[in-house]
Amino acid sequence: MYGWKLSLRYFFGRGISILAASAVALCVFIVVVVMTVMSGLVRDFRQKNHDFTGDCVVAADSLVGFCYGDEFAALLKSQSLVRAVSATVYGVGLLGMPGSQTNFGVEFLGIDPAGHSLATGFGQTLYYNAKDPRRAFEPLYGPELIGCVVGVDLMGGRDADGNYVHSERPPLMRLTLSSFPLTEKGGLARGGLDLVSSREFYFSDVSHSGLVKPDGQMIYIPLEEARRLCGMDGPPARISAIHIRFSQGVKSSEGTERVRGLWQEFAASKKEQGGAETLGDVRVQSWKEYRREMIAPMEKEQAMMSFLFVMLGIITVFIVFVVFYMVVGHKSRDIGIFKSIGMSQLEIGGVFMGYAAIVGVLGSAVGIVGGWVFLWRINELEGWLFEHYHWQLWDRTIYAIGRIPNEVSWPVVAAIGFFAVGSCLFGAFLPSAEAARQDAVRVLQVSQV
Amino acid sequence: MDQILKASGIYKSYRMGKSRLEVLKGVDLSVSDGEFAVIAGASGSGKSTLLHILGSLDRPDGGTVEFQGKRLDKLGGRGLNAFRNREVGFVFQFYHLLDELNLLENVCLPAMVGHRPVGWIFRRGNIRRRAMELLELMGLADRVRHKPYELSGGERQRTAIARALINSPKLLLADEPTGNLDSKTGNDILKVLKDLNRQGQTLLMVTHDERIACQAGRVIRLADGRIV
Repeated sequence: MYGWKLSLRYFFGRGISILAASAVALCVFIVVVVMTVMSGLVRDFRQKNHDFTGDCVVAADSLVGFCYGDEFAALLKSQSLVRAVSATVYGVGLLGMPGSQTNFGVEFLGIDPAGHSLATGFGQTLYYNAKDPRRAFEPLYGPELIGCVVGVDLMGGRDADGNYVHSERPPLMRLTLSSFPLTEKGGLARGGLDLVSSREFYFSDVSHSGLVKPDGQMIYIPLEEARRLCGMDGPPARISAIHIRFSQGVKSSEGTERVRGLWQEFAASKKEQGGAETLGDVRVQSWKEYRREMIAPMEKEQAMMSFLFVMLGIITVFIVFVVFYMVVGHKSRDIGIFKSIGMSQLEIGGVFMGYAAIVGVLGSAVGIVGGWVFLWRINELEGWLFEHYHWQLWDRTIYAIGRIPNEVSWPVVAAIGFFAVGSCLFGAFLPSAEAARQDAVRVLQVSQV
Repeated sequence: MDQILKASGIYKSYRMGKSRLEVLKGVDLSVSDGEFAVIAGASGSGKSTLLHILGSLDRPDGGTVEFQGKRLDKLGGRGLNAFRNREVGFVFQFYHLLDELNLLENVCLPAMVGHRPVGWIFRRGNIRRRAMELLELMGLADRVRHKPYELSGGERQRTAIARALINSPKLLLADEPTGNLDSKTGNDILKVLKDLNRQGQTLLMVTHDERIACQAGRVIRLADGRIV
């Protein structure tokens, strides 16, 4: 009881305590803010990748694709663990406008919009047809025309806040997509002067996945059109990938393992058939494995950040250690008094450890509250800074980030708080032990001098 | 009178660089219950060292200290803490009050140390009453909420005496209690101590001032580490 009283009086009686608590508060503030924003970005990025991919992907690495994909997709559909599948054709080509001399390289994905929206989050990325993604390739100005969905950044039109500017209805726009059709062995499917397949599409919608590459380079077209452009229309017909959404309750890892088994059996059954050589390149991967090249750098950054925070924790420990060594030095006379009135070593150490706990708890509380308030208003603050000083954390005209993530994870915040208090106790442990071990006579005589 | 404290053959030396400085060389003394004894001697004669050993703040290199028939060197750490808390009260030359606590809290502190939190809650009222009585006795009833640095030297020393008495110790050990005070204030403090002794408080005081020493019931003279 008196120990806490003394600890509290020491805390409020010394300016250096406020300094130590401020250091802890600052560290906690930084960790809470950066962890929240960083975790939010990573979580958001993972979710976007998950939405883009589905739960599991059966895909060939090459542009050639693989045969019998439709058959395997039908087999998957009959499995109870699968809720939806979407066969896709991936290709690269040139996009231009009729009459225009300019064109640019794009990637295209042939999909069945209805199935693809069930297997992935494609439907939610649309602007004009978000409510009915089945009509994604039906331009509102001409439903009988063959439409295409264009990555939102290919269309341009972002304001400074990062919001995309859309017209009320999709503008009438004719686009020409050209590609080299390939044989199943990877050679050019055509010879002479007719090497390239071209097809005209009408702009029907934009897709905003929140991922830089698909939004900046991808055109979505009907599956069969993509097959023709890529030369995958057979026989036997080929596809590039099958995106799978598992039924509710099926874990991604377990589902992927079962699909892997099904694929091995399926591929073995097609061993003797034409085009079987394309099956060797096919891999069954969970969405995380499939998108690891995208996700891994961000996760690495997060791990690096966590490491930096551990360093920050060590610095906090060191600050507290130094402050408490100074405090114990200044309080040596008090330690002599404590001994003279019969306080035990444990009780004397307890006074200083209690003092450290107060520094930790108050510092953490201030840091957490400060961090929470800052995060609560971070987007408004950034908006104000942009309005008055044209400063943005991320240039929205460049980065695929809408709002700064500010959803505070309270278990993480609690862990940060406990870690901060623990750091203070750890930092104060040696000085407190030193205080407890001081020789009463010596410190009383020294303080007399 | 019953003997309350007995020291036999106390030796104490300190290392001073490569040599050893012998401060106490076989000191024998005893203090009786209700006595007012003074250890007098020149500066550096080992008076304070002897007082610290008698109050178990320091350990002798040789010899024994008995308090009411119990040898202090046989007590463990907990026993020595209890001894310092309940059986003796220290008054220092430089008062040694805690600046973070007010007078009432300073006086209550040894009593708080002596009780567990639950015990403290139950006895809090009694302890505060006793502290107030002591502060009144010392003429500080109107200063109880003041911090030590707001008081004069004499007031601080009287507070230190009140703190030393809060647990009703059998023996009060005072190390030059007037040494840092002007003569008038020093005489006031001495009067307080003599009054306490008249009420039955055993008192062992260290001083180098002959005028003060001669006012005690018995003077133990220490020179060159020995009783003379």
